[in-house]
Amino acid sequence: MNIVVCIKQVPDTTEIKLDPVKGTLIRDGVPSIMNPDDKGGLEFALRLKDKYGANVTVITMGPPQAEEILREAYAMGVDRAILLSDRKFGGADTLATSRTIAAALRKLDYDLVITGRQAIDGDTAQVGPQIAEHLDLPQVTYAESLEFDGDKTFTVKKADEDGYQVIEVDAPALVTALASGVKPRYMSVRGIVEAYDRPVEVWNFDSVEVDPATIGLNGSPTRVAKSFAKGMKAPGQLYEVEPEEAVEIILAKLREKFII
Amino acid sequence: MDKNDYKDVYVFAEQRDGKVQNVAFELLGKARELADKLGEKVVAVLLGHNLGDAAQQCIAHGADVVLNVDAPELEHYTTEPYAQAIHQIIRERKPSIVLFGATTIGRDLGPRLSARVGTGLTADCTALEISDDRDLLMTRPAFGGNLMATIVCKEHRPQMSTVRPGVMRMSPADESRKGEVENVKIDFNPAKFRVRVKERVKETKNLVDITEAKVLVSGGRGVGSAGFDKLRDLAGTIGAEVSASRAMVDAGYIEHARQVGQTGKTVRPDLYFALGISGAIQHLAGMEESDFIIAVNKDKFAPIFSVADLGIVGDVNKIVPLLAARLKRD
Repeated sequence: MNIVVCIKQVPDTTEIKLDPVKGTLIRDGVPSIMNPDDKGGLEFALRLKDKYGANVTVITMGPPQAEEILREAYAMGVDRAILLSDRKFGGADTLATSRTIAAALRKLDYDLVITGRQAIDGDTAQVGPQIAEHLDLPQVTYAESLEFDGDKTFTVKKADEDGYQVIEVDAPALVTALASGVKPRYMSVRGIVEAYDRPVEVWNFDSVEVDPATIGLNGSPTRVAKSFAKGMKAPGQLYEVEPEEAVEIILAKLREKFII
Repeated sequence: MDKNDYKDVYVFAEQRDGKVQNVAFELLGKARELADKLGEKVVAVLLGHNLGDAAQQCIAHGADVVLNVDAPELEHYTTEPYAQAIHQIIRERKPSIVLFGATTIGRDLGPRLSARVGTGLTADCTALEISDDRDLLMTRPAFGGNLMATIVCKEHRPQMSTVRPGVMRMSPADESRKGEVENVKIDFNPAKFRVRVKERVKETKNLVDITEAKVLVSGGRGVGSAGFDKLRDLAGTIGAEVSASRAMVDAGYIEHARQVGQTGKTVRPDLYFALGISGAIQHLAGMEESDFIIAVNKDKFAPIFSVADLGIVGDVNKIVPLLAARLKRD
């Protein structure tokens, strides 16, 4: 079985803080990490590999330093790592990104494509289903768990607002994974040592077959017209008092608001 | 593509078990504003099977036209039948704007369609407006919530976006509104229906919808494991629901359905108690639109105080039981 996992390097947004004076994001020194949902998806793939034997490839689109997460994936146990990197791919919205990744996937053999549900820097959850459409694959999103019957059928526990669904789909298929469903393994010591000697293939525009008008900034239907820091709200009243007095202040406010 | 060939504001009227979801009504209200500005119609796209008065409900919430697609294939949501139905409607009718709720359904369907149609999709919008050029301005949070970006899709139609549930205000139904219901037939290609739903499980613990609550008592790391009972006690005395920050959900003290922010829900109750919540950017993004925010935290520099209307620097585990006791006594 061949599994391709699409992963992304993202700034750890939980480490981003707000400058209380300027109201801007402080991004200096924010670490880059493998996107958590992607890492969950990678763990799904590695568990299938442990149980049934599989050839697991990771692919990422990004700048040269995105190689770091491919090395991390090697240390976790993948067999092949590909970095899709070219200035022509840059500035892409989700649709243009999905076309580029789909073009790369067409060069690979896969029975299963796994992506994270969404990346924490954009939170769109769009690229996975868009890749599935380009490749004419059935999709199952929000996967909390992923099982295989050893033959051709995957069983996915798909989370939704009301509970979950159990969904079966035959290979080839695309699944988007939730980080909350699985605890990713740690990198093995041997894996870490070996990861630096393993080859990371770098694919550029010439490595894939794709119409340049459909990718990158020029191939993106959506554009950012403007971005702005969220307006800061006028600060409310702050009291530093004994608990008894605090309770009286809250009660007074609840009465004022007709809660009680 | 000639933009002038495309008109009207379409809303995917999401239903589950035959019930039109509130987010669809919220979107119909917003679509009404946008369509009035454009001088165009609001069209609800209703997909399902034996939906009863759902079409009339869409009209009562602002639709001029309801495209009613009744087919057994559409009784419960799966990606492909829904994508085929809406794709056919987009191809034949050329809407200018298509809006989806940013639910697990809308976020599964929207991107599949955007790739099929070859147009842009903007995720999780919190504000929609019409520009002077009659384009849709789609504003969404980025980087976990504190940076906002306004996105346009100038050269492609339809302009599509998913909108977070609970962000747009739902206006009350106007039962006297008149509209037109048109039945639409879809030419399905069942060969592409490749997923099999074996089971649909409702977890009763998830049935509470914190986005509907008027008052939320929300706990964070400062509350700790033992403190949640105190929060529930306080919530009980004032008829509030309990919610929590991500840390509490990850620690397993409370179910994910009650999480506010980022992967959880966006809430805007009349009153939000932030108890022992420091206020990570992601959490603030999920609750700062609340009408009134009372925050209690030990750390007077906690970011939660930047959005609180009333801030108390103190120990939640002392203040909460005292407050609950006073409320019971009175």
